[in-house]
Amino acid sequence: MPLIKNGEFADDNWILVGDEDELPADTPVIVSAARWQAERETLLGRNAPLGVKLEAGEAPELIADDLDRFQLVAVNFPAFKDGRGFSYASLLRDRYGFDGEVRAVGEVLRDQWSLMVRCGFDAFDVADGTKIDAFKEALGEFSHVYQATGDGKKTVWQLRHGG
Amino acid sequence: MYRYDEFDHTLVKERVTQFRGQVERRLAGDITEDQFKPLRLMNGVYLQLHAYMLRVAVPYGTLSGKQMHMLADIATKYDKGYGHFTTRQNIQYNWPALSDIPAILDDLASVEMHAIQTSGNCIRNVTSDQYAGAAAGEVDDPRIWSEIIRQWSTFHPEFTFLPRKFKFAVCGMNEDRAAIRFHDIGIEVVKGKDGAPAFDIYVGGGQGRTPMIGHLIGEAVPAVDLIAYLESIMRVYNMNGRRDNLYKARIKILVHALGAEEMKRQVEEEFVHVKEKGVVNLPEEEIARIRAYFAPPAYEALPDESSALNEAMADNKKFADWVKTNVAEHKADGYAIANISLKPVGGVAGDASDDQMHVMADLATQYSFDELRVTHEQNIVLAHVKKDDLFALWQGLEKAALGTPNLALITDHIVCPGLDYCALANARSIPISQEIAERFNDLDRQHNIGELKVKISGCINACGHHHVGHIGILGVDKKGTEFYQISLGGSADENASVGDILGPAFTEDEIADAIETIVETYIKIRQEGERFIETYRRVGKEPFKETLYATH
Ligand code: HEM
Ligand code: SF4
Repeated sequence: MPLIKNGEFADDNWILVGDEDELPADTPVIVSAARWQAERETLLGRNAPLGVKLEAGEAPELIADDLDRFQLVAVNFPAFKDGRGFSYASLLRDRYGFDGEVRAVGEVLRDQWSLMVRCGFDAFDVADGTKIDAFKEALGEFSHVYQATGDGKKTVWQLRHGG
Repeated sequence: MYRYDEFDHTLVKERVTQFRGQVERRLAGDITEDQFKPLRLMNGVYLQLHAYMLRVAVPYGTLSGKQMHMLADIATKYDKGYGHFTTRQNIQYNWPALSDIPAILDDLASVEMHAIQTSGNCIRNVTSDQYAGAAAGEVDDPRIWSEIIRQWSTFHPEFTFLPRKFKFAVCGMNEDRAAIRFHDIGIEVVKGKDGAPAFDIYVGGGQGRTPMIGHLIGEAVPAVDLIAYLESIMRVYNMNGRRDNLYKARIKILVHALGAEEMKRQVEEEFVHVKEKGVVNLPEEEIARIRAYFAPPAYEALPDESSALNEAMADNKKFADWVKTNVAEHKADGYAIANISLKPVGGVAGDASDDQMHVMADLATQYSFDELRVTHEQNIVLAHVKKDDLFALWQGLEKAALGTPNLALITDHIVCPGLDYCALANARSIPISQEIAERFNDLDRQHNIGELKVKISGCINACGHHHVGHIGILGVDKKGTEFYQISLGGSADENASVGDILGPAFTEDEIADAIETIVETYIKIRQEGERFIETYRRVGKEPFKETLYATH
């Protein structure tokens, strides 16, 4: 699957490993929160970056104390209608101050990208054939925003009053 | 009323462009109907039984004359010459073509209107009191706060894919005309400790198949904290609301499962964090800017008594009848609030033709500072009419068949579209409403009965508010035949209650008789000056059950 990171296609050198799969050596891996909790010591002993994947229903609180161990948090969208991950990304960035990669995986629609970026996602697994122009266009559809999020964009309320 | 500035204009225009792209991608087959569905829903486009339906937002029900003229023009140009005013204070068009919808949105945008978030699992159009700014005793104009909530909730990045739709209502005083206790979040403006506006926040009210009355969890929340508090509720709901079962996904189910105390605790815990971040701020200057749009209009200094009005009432019984039911007290001397009933006997509740919309718009311009409100009971309000002008206004309404004198009487119903339009319906609602209205057509009889709110839904989803009708009627399906179940004693105001189901359902042929029996029972047992709902609260359902099922 192609990866878009910070608005451009990027190489994806992360490997998502299942709970039963063997851990590859010296390669960045993404594991489930359950595996992280079960094999914490082994995972920390590896000599490669570590990522964790949150399923819908696994709020970031679950890994909040360990966030400095991860370079990446993937948030899974089992269906595009399931919007829990929007709150997870907001919490990761705003509450827990996570500054690694926050990647949206699973079923994500084009029309959700710009909202996701506002919530703190900076990377997206996208469908084969996705064009980078479509991504840029989707992000540029609105010039202004009303809500303050962690992305630091000035809100309409601030712009109106010279803030 | 509120006017767009460059920012609001830009956003709505960009939205039209975005939606045009989405329609094009759908028509070209780039996205499936399943993927298009949430996108079109978020823009008010439903698929009904026979065609697409477009729901246009009328934020907190307030419109200018120019906007009402545009709604009429759209009805002429893209629909069958009429529109339907709804319980969400919005307007719906039942027959637009999907390919025309971007053009309709362009027309709407030209008068600062849109269809954003009128459906879908997002924060819907905010509703409010139709007497806002005109009722005596108001703590503050609820439209100021409704507009702030409208802006904050528009394309909210975090809360656009909620477990289920989410409805806000705001009222500005303790008399509740906005049914705030039956909304996901209901807000009442109260006086804070410092005398400034603050907010009592109710959460978890709703109708549908499990009607529930909202719980007060935030008391006198100050204005600076309003948005942070709302964000906290939304976040708790977005993360914890059920997503496995469509019928259990509303916030009311979460609040019920957790208990109001625990819900409050979770919200307040979240609130501490949200506030700490300080990103969710509502600048004082912005409140002041929005407040200025809702400053009272330039009332003339008038005596409260109008001899012109008194004379016209003495001379014309028909006019006097209309004044008696459809005109309410205004806070300014010499002014009144005029209600236009969209419930003529034999008509469809909430429908208005393009010509009628033009007439209402012109009358608003002439007599009510160019402003109209849609009510959640599917009528229209002109909020600031000089008493001296009421007779002329009424004559104008009469000419367009808009002078029906039945506000809050037994022929003024809330009615859902039912089986005539809706794909989910069990039974027809509109013909039942028409039959009841015809049965009680006699105006003296209606006056004798007094205030009696009848609300009709064609299925358990309760779009017609039957749970909160003094008399509620619910269409049910029994082996392919339409039946109607009656409940009594519901109320959507500050004394909120859910109606009690009386007993076995009635057929279409029996329902008007059954309503008549209930009404006759009430008339027999009521005490001096007692409204139907008060009698019901005093005696309960037994006397009604007895007479109703004895005669069958
Ligand atoms: C296409 C026709 C319609 C469909 C398919 C439809 C669908 C639904 C459904 C499924 C519910 C239950 C929601 C729940 O409990 O989670 C509902 C409730 C409701 N709908 Fe509709 N509806 C339709 C027309 C309308 C109209 C015309 C209005 C008026 C604007 C309306 C206003 C409401 C209201 C006020 C409720 C109950 C309040 C609440 O949300 O708890 N609906 N509708
Ligand atoms: S109450 Fe039922 S029949 Fe009536 S509009 Fe709602 S979903 Fe349709």
